[in-house]
Amino acid sequence: MGHPRLFFLILPAGIVFTAFFLLPLAQLFVIGAGGKDGLAAYAAIVVDRNYRASLVATVLLSAGVTIVTLVISGIVGVFLTRNRFRLRPALTAMLTFPLAFPGVVIGFMVIMLAGRQGIVGDFTQWFTGERLVFAYSMAGLFMGYVYFSIPRTILTVMAAAEKLDPRIEEAARALGASPLRVVADVIVPGLKPAFLAAGAICFATAMGAFGTAFTLATRINVLPMVIYTEFTDQANIAMAAALSFILGAVTWLVLALARTAAGSSVAAAG
Amino acid sequence: MRRRGGLFWFQLGFTLLVCAFLIVPVVLSMLAGVTVNYQAGLESGLTLRWVEQVWEGYRDTIYLSVALSLACLVCTLALGVPAAYVLARARSAWARTIEELLVMPVAVPGLATALALIVAYGTWGGFRTSWLFILVGHVLFTLPFMVRAVLAVMNAIDLKTLEEGAASLGASFRQRFFQVILPNCRSGILAGSLMVVTLSMGEFNMTWLLHTPLTKTLPVGLADAYASLRLEIGSAYTLVFFVMIVPLLVAIQWAAREPRRRRADEA
Repeated sequence: MGHPRLFFLILPAGIVFTAFFLLPLAQLFVIGAGGKDGLAAYAAIVVDRNYRASLVATVLLSAGVTIVTLVISGIVGVFLTRNRFRLRPALTAMLTFPLAFPGVVIGFMVIMLAGRQGIVGDFTQWFTGERLVFAYSMAGLFMGYVYFSIPRTILTVMAAAEKLDPRIEEAARALGASPLRVVADVIVPGLKPAFLAAGAICFATAMGAFGTAFTLATRINVLPMVIYTEFTDQANIAMAAALSFILGAVTWLVLALARTAAGSSVAAAG
Repeated sequence: MRRRGGLFWFQLGFTLLVCAFLIVPVVLSMLAGVTVNYQAGLESGLTLRWVEQVWEGYRDTIYLSVALSLACLVCTLALGVPAAYVLARARSAWARTIEELLVMPVAVPGLATALALIVAYGTWGGFRTSWLFILVGHVLFTLPFMVRAVLAVMNAIDLKTLEEGAASLGASFRQRFFQVILPNCRSGILAGSLMVVTLSMGEFNMTWLLHTPLTKTLPVGLADAYASLRLEIGSAYTLVFFVMIVPLLVAIQWAAREPRRRRADEA
């Protein structure tokens, strides 16, 4: 097969990608080091107390969202693949429906749920007389991130659960394993590659998400908001560049690691 | 049929709860968009006033988003389909590296990509203020979805045999590409196209930094409306967005199901 032809076919994509992604990212790195602190700007994310606090908050938030989403999607995904009933297609459609909602819209959904005029407030007022409003805080952000992580995670879990051999579970059950043991020893290990892959995407998306936080409140102290504030309010472009470069590197690394881990265990299982 | 024990009903209840979590706010916001006064409830009456106000104030954002997503589709088709073909044919280490690189804009937060574009090209006045600046961001972000969707289909069919068959009948490369390869990748191209248009329509993380007052897209307008206007107008605007995006989402689900069903029918 003629290699020159392959080269020319991928050339346009390569040029666009290099000119508008690789080179700008390289420039971002250089500018990040070009501020008054020089290369030390890259250390500021762990040295400076405020930046470190928002880094820790962002990582904890993303990890929490990932765990909660995996538990929810694991239960629902396995349930929907294992049982056939009339409501099933409708439920699946509903659960994957918000897949492509942008972050801003998710933020608005959280406001509809837990905002000042939200339904959670209506309920709590009715029950206890107090309005519970938590949309404009870390809790609201957490809710929003779980909201947008569920659809993609459920799709991955369902695809993997289809491939699980139900006979292994039946064998385990026949040998006297309790439902909990079946889940812990058969289902979870079988879905591990899917959990790893979906979890990594979940984590990386939560780390870099911006729209939801932007809609809810600009005061929520997560890294993307800090970068945005440095860039617009402080006009501290060097710091914004350094922080966003690190954020990009971290999320890319998490995804690459998970892909390697998931890939190798998939291969080992096959 | 298996007996349905307590576990089934517990799981069904949990699933319904998760569904409610996802769908209730969507329904509420749609209702709020056509309610006279959301605080007072539906009793205050239904109205299209808010939708009209959105149309008056934000019409341009809708036009721009539609135009952008279609331009983005054209670009990703022209760049992505040939790239997917190359990646499918050349199963070498450098092809894997290129594939890995091409997916990077999805892994790297849009905020970082947008800042990178601004520091690199922000001083090119005419480019910075035109909608093409946003288009570049959208193409970077959506290209991996097109490449992956097409590549998945190309890897599933026996591309090499198909092509060799056509070549032995005397088909030139151009004929093979347009008359053999592309028709065989229809489902992947369709799935990728729907995904690209949907994602471009809803992209915010990058667009918020790339836009200018004269190049506002629909999600940028939404953020504007949420921040500064009453809940009913924000809801009406969201309603307009849903009306545009829901057909696309339904089509994506349909396209994902269709090839499987077709294959099942053939089997």
